[in-house]
Amino acid sequence: MESLYITHVCKIQSQQIILNDKVVFEDVESADLNSFLKNGYKNQAYDYAKFFKMDHLSKLTFLAAEPILQDQDDKNIALVFMNRAASLDTDVKHQQSIQNKEAYYPSPAVFVYTLPNICLGELSIKHKLQTENCFFVSENFDSKLMYNYAEYLIRHKNVDKVLCGWIDVLENEYRAVVYLVEKQGEIEHSRNELEQIFI
Amino acid sequence: MKKVYIHQYNYLSPLGNNAQTNWEALVNYQSGITLQPKLGNLDGYYASVIADKTIDNEIETFDTNKLPRVLKMAIAALQPLIEKQRITPNSTLILSTTKGDIKALEQDNLEEASIPFLAEQIASHFGFRKRPIIVSNACVSGVLALAVAKRMIQMDMMNEVYIVAVDEVTEFVVSGFNSFQAMSFEPCKPYDVNRKGVNLGEAAAAVYVSANEPTKNSIEIVGDGSINDANHISGPSRTGEGLYQSIQSALNEADITSNQIDYVSSHGTATLYNDEMEAIAFDRLALNQTPVSSLKGYFGHTLGTSGLLETIVTCQMMQNKKAIANLGLEHLGVTKPIHVLQKHIDLDINYALKTASGFGGCNTALILKKV
Repeated sequence: MESLYITHVCKIQSQQIILNDKVVFEDVESADLNSFLKNGYKNQAYDYAKFFKMDHLSKLTFLAAEPILQDQDDKNIALVFMNRAASLDTDVKHQQSIQNKEAYYPSPAVFVYTLPNICLGELSIKHKLQTENCFFVSENFDSKLMYNYAEYLIRHKNVDKVLCGWIDVLENEYRAVVYLVEKQGEIEHSRNELEQIFI
Repeated sequence: MKKVYIHQYNYLSPLGNNAQTNWEALVNYQSGITLQPKLGNLDGYYASVIADKTIDNEIETFDTNKLPRVLKMAIAALQPLIEKQRITPNSTLILSTTKGDIKALEQDNLEEASIPFLAEQIASHFGFRKRPIIVSNACVSGVLALAVAKRMIQMDMMNEVYIVAVDEVTEFVVSGFNSFQAMSFEPCKPYDVNRKGVNLGEAAAAVYVSANEPTKNSIEIVGDGSINDANHISGPSRTGEGLYQSIQSALNEADITSNQIDYVSSHGTATLYNDEMEAIAFDRLALNQTPVSSLKGYFGHTLGTSGLLETIVTCQMMQNKKAIANLGLEHLGVTKPIHVLQKHIDLDINYALKTASGFGGCNTALILKKV
């Protein structure tokens, strides 16, 4: 059985966007995640107005995936993501809107983001990816599951590539690690390599 | 590839405390949907809600007073399966849920509202040694969890899998669906011309899945697919593209054509757009003559549980040679002719198709085969 490979890695952590080990954006000024995400979007000169309607999880997903997906002509790319907090960051906001019976203002624009897989829908829409999607939740990055699920999709579901990721956000704590698995490349797709990327 | 089977199942709903009592209620056209007391700022809504004493009766053997209700539901559904066959160090727990114990946010308790925390409590209650897997993919979660189990068993990553699916009717979810104006203020009517939207529901469901030798009651999972519409985050594709492709992917894997499907257990939430989208997708696949029913008229929309619950009921239909009707339909109100069952029928189901669709543009299809 031929090996699969990891060809691109994008990380967002400590107020940096790092593409293939190179810092492409750094913002030590931002006081909170919200302004960091907006500054990152502006810095990369993206033109996608829907970004501003997204919640933090989807914004973070967009900023981590866009550097990889914007160069892909192939649309047969599956999406497999995982995190710890699910959509808790937005759940808290919806809860606040219903906590006080005197000031009750649940909003569909917030509520729709109270599901973690919405960020996969956003990526699918942006890049017209009518492909396999799956969102897992896990206390820690589960390299065994991510490895096996990506391997399964390419080997048994006629998928060319799989964009995998850990995208976690809760209040001002966040981390994104996104990588592309495909049939050609230099770095072999293995659990060991995934553990290394994740450090 | 290994053949993977659903060997055992159990579920808990307002209609019954186990699979058999639920089945008897379904055969008698009983619905769990009732008018609910005021919740938050919402009055006069319908939902399918389990009585607290039903849950407590199932797990009265230990002190459960302090446990969150949603955890008790999960334990009550899974317990009978674990009593039948012991957990081994190779057993994997998969949890399917959209919101877990979201009620904990009312007390600002972020730890208890965390889904991994809930999964860990279920795992440690039963003594699972492996780390639990959690699928949280909106309303397809329950069907997708079955696909994940099958796929990972075929990759030799898992061996024997217990899937438990659970979600509660909470003010959090009720207020959110209502803000979307997606709720019906009468019992829901999937596929009907006068359908007005969703009734929410709650249930807990559990299955035991493995590649072990099947018995006469085992049901094989022969194909699956889970394809995104790439169209809209809160509404389905008008052409049913993602659902169409999901079913096609499942048919290809099962190596059958759509005319071999004997019965379709659809999603059928009773929203205007969902039911219409499904009719279009089924029509594109030439499934017009195939008997189809949504079970939302009995259980409401049980979110992360629905896909697993409805797959289990489909297994019961296959075993009992009876297709359960689509409760709530009077006059078909979709633009494509599909064969929605208004009465139960005796039916020998060799192949069944289960589908689900949800927010984020997700769709999942699963094909079941009688052994």
